[in-house]
Amino acid sequence: MKNIALGQYYPAKSPLHRLDPRIKVLLALIYICAAAFCKNIIGFGVLLVSALLIVALGRIPFKTIFRSLTPVLFVMLFAVFFQVFFTKGDMLLFAWWKLQIYGEGLYLALFTIVRIFTLIIGTSMFLTYTTTPIELTYAIEDLLSPLKKLKVPVHDFAMMMTLALRFIPTLVEEADKIMTAQKARGADFSTGSLVQRAKALKPVLIPLIVSAMRHAVELAVAMECRCYHGDGTRMVVRKCRFSDIAALIVMIIFLAGIIYLNILGLVYTA
Amino acid sequence: MDLPFIKVENISYSYKGDGGVGVPVIKELSLEIREGEFVAVLGHNGSGKSTLAKLLNMIFSPQSGKIYIDGKDITAPDMTDDDVFALRKTVGMVFQNPDNQLVATIVEDDVAFGPENLSVPSEEIRKRVDEALRAVGMTKYAHHEPHRLSGGQKQRVAIAGIIAMLPKCIIFDESTAMLDPIGRREVMQTIKMLNEKMGITVIMITHYMDEAAMAGRIVVLDEGRIALDGKPSEVFEREELLRSMGLDVPQCAAIIHRLREAGVALKGDCTTPEKCAELIGRALGGEGRDV
Repeated sequence: MKNIALGQYYPAKSPLHRLDPRIKVLLALIYICAAAFCKNIIGFGVLLVSALLIVALGRIPFKTIFRSLTPVLFVMLFAVFFQVFFTKGDMLLFAWWKLQIYGEGLYLALFTIVRIFTLIIGTSMFLTYTTTPIELTYAIEDLLSPLKKLKVPVHDFAMMMTLALRFIPTLVEEADKIMTAQKARGADFSTGSLVQRAKALKPVLIPLIVSAMRHAVELAVAMECRCYHGDGTRMVVRKCRFSDIAALIVMIIFLAGIIYLNILGLVYTA
Repeated sequence: MDLPFIKVENISYSYKGDGGVGVPVIKELSLEIREGEFVAVLGHNGSGKSTLAKLLNMIFSPQSGKIYIDGKDITAPDMTDDDVFALRKTVGMVFQNPDNQLVATIVEDDVAFGPENLSVPSEEIRKRVDEALRAVGMTKYAHHEPHRLSGGQKQRVAIAGIIAMLPKCIIFDESTAMLDPIGRREVMQTIKMLNEKMGITVIMITHYMDEAAMAGRIVVLDEGRIALDGKPSEVFEREELLRSMGLDVPQCAAIIHRLREAGVALKGDCTTPEKCAELIGRALGGEGRDV
């Protein structure tokens, strides 16, 4: 239970790790847009190559990346299944009984895989793997800071995010303890219908909520003792360097290129 | 004005109990603590020891009486928020549950939390964080996630978070109660180091006798009043009184006490097992004997 990775941060020294977190949030957003807008076969090739390039730049082992892809494998297979069997087109490749597979379906399936793959690589490489959760919350706070003028409590939201992340493992550990304690008293969590099992969780949830409240009260006192007042300096002050701006420009050109390829023709539409 | 570092004058405090009836916890208590002292506060459950700690840090305010800390009257009605921050910077507090004190998801970010709130310049924060982590021996873990550390390590990180605010005094509110023996030893060594090497005034609230024995002075609370106040050796001599308050006496002190009652002449103080062995060994006349 202690091995929960928070935000999956992977400590390493790489050009991606060194980038300003604020820029990384923007890069991730633009990259997601590029993956979403791309409709072109060359564009997909470019996307795939760029995703691999980004992984190499972040110096994250492919094994680690692959592990983070496994949970979405099911979604990918699901999408592929629908694209392959339910797309109708002109190029009939295979027909048997009521099943017809068209070339267009295969194309679309391939593109869906590339799209999901690049989306995950884009967000995880720019954000979770190379940026610590606290840097990320600071970055989001900074990027949203114009909203402070509209009296949106941006800092409070960022603090809440940090604390939520911090307490996930604590609460998981506690839920584990409570479940063990209830099992020792004869609770049964693993047999019966789904409804019965859900009901069996009630004696776990109630103590868990109570203890979460207690954590919150004690934490609030401890934070007050450390003079928390929602304002202050930061240990790491990030300044946008030339490389940050350069990365942002490269990414904008990349997005423009993808869109240009769409306009250029060779567009694949189902 | 020649005030001791902490001067508590006749303070009383009661909790709101059922039906709005006040339950008195601290009753007309007075106490003085000098700078650089290592004071252990002992008492069984409900003796008011944790409440006293929270009063010194302005988490609670006494209903009557005055508290002076570092020459300032912290019970004055004109205390501003900045005064409160200044007080909490001077008197840091480490609590019982290490999990409920760590704010950040990375050790060094957590240590930086206090100085960040005090608006210390960034380079200065960096320096303080490194020094604080070095002081508690956690430099190696600067980039770790707190939930992967042991209880003793987490508590040392919490201590580093307080040290980084450069306090003059740290209050430990049963900070070892939730730790295993190894964690307790780590934290006790750190507390001793803070007091001896860094000159920080330590107030340690505990119910472990052997920990209290390490302090320079013990204050025993009973029902919101000070029952005993003195050097560990003096306090532990009052075995009957301590037992009547639901407290124990460390084994070595009890042995010496019983030997003295039996008429064995033992000279000197005795609070640790080593000293105890030495005393008995000398009484047996075996100067060179292996004890």
